[in-house]
Amino acid sequence: MRREPVLRVIGKLLIPYMLVFALYVQFHGDFGPGGGFQAGVISAAAVIFYGLIYGLPAARRLVPDAVVESMVALGALLYLGVGFAGLVLGGNFLDYFVLDRDPVAGQHRGIFWIELGVLITVAGVMLKIFYMFAGRGREG
Amino acid sequence: MAVTVLALIVQRNLFSVVVLAGIYSFLMATVLVALDAVDVAMTEASVGAGISTVLLLGALYLCGGEEAKPLSRPWLPLVVTLVIVGALVYGTLGLPAFSDPQAPFHTHVVPRYLQQGPVETGVPNVVTAVLASYRGYDTLGEVIVVFTGGIGIIALLRRLRRGRTEGT
Repeated sequence: MRREPVLRVIGKLLIPYMLVFALYVQFHGDFGPGGGFQAGVISAAAVIFYGLIYGLPAARRLVPDAVVESMVALGALLYLGVGFAGLVLGGNFLDYFVLDRDPVAGQHRGIFWIELGVLITVAGVMLKIFYMFAGRGREG
Repeated sequence: MAVTVLALIVQRNLFSVVVLAGIYSFLMATVLVALDAVDVAMTEASVGAGISTVLLLGALYLCGGEEAKPLSRPWLPLVVTLVIVGALVYGTLGLPAFSDPQAPFHTHVVPRYLQQGPVETGVPNVVTAVLASYRGYDTLGEVIVVFTGGIGIIALLRRLRRGRTEGT
């Protein structure tokens, strides 16, 4: 698809907005619909779109395999880390009330970080699956 | 939606099957929006119609686009499927009526979440409050499931590739 000018131009126009929309879904999830899962899938879809138009090697240059694989583990670790932070600060596992002096602010902080963990893991896994499937035909 | 499903069953060209499945997912998402489940609708549209369509098209690229003719007429799976469908439909008869306020799941913890959720967590979206705060353990489990799925795919496909290069 390297010689499709329409797709390339449309892709260049749309992909930034897809990424911004993913961030909006992520950080506005407290007020509107959305959250880590949806934002992770949308941001992964933006990179997959890029890979479909410009080719898999371009996408691999943009988001290298090592980054994707560490994202898979990093998100889950971040989530677990929030849980243990609650333990360290004297509460229960995944207890957000102790994360800040004000319990409501603590809830906000806890939800923010675990949603970020969800986003990172989901985006990493989706991208990794795409890389694995799309890469098989050529390398295998 | 019924037309889409019928077309899915009749269609033999796998490419159109994949596209039809995407259309079905979008229709399902609109149904979920009509039911006020916006979060689920968003997930359905992005995962069901977006990512899985791309992945299935990638799989088609690897294995060809025409469905093989079945070797025999498999009657037993049809019977098993019909029995299970019958059992599930029979099970739905026992559920409380749609949007019945006296249903058990509306009287157990839901009132507390709806009344105390915004006060305790300061998050206006109850879905987010329940998902991330009250049911934090369950969401942690979901993340671990996604993580395990990714690790499993990495392990499977990596080994396949290495075995092939060693064999040749």
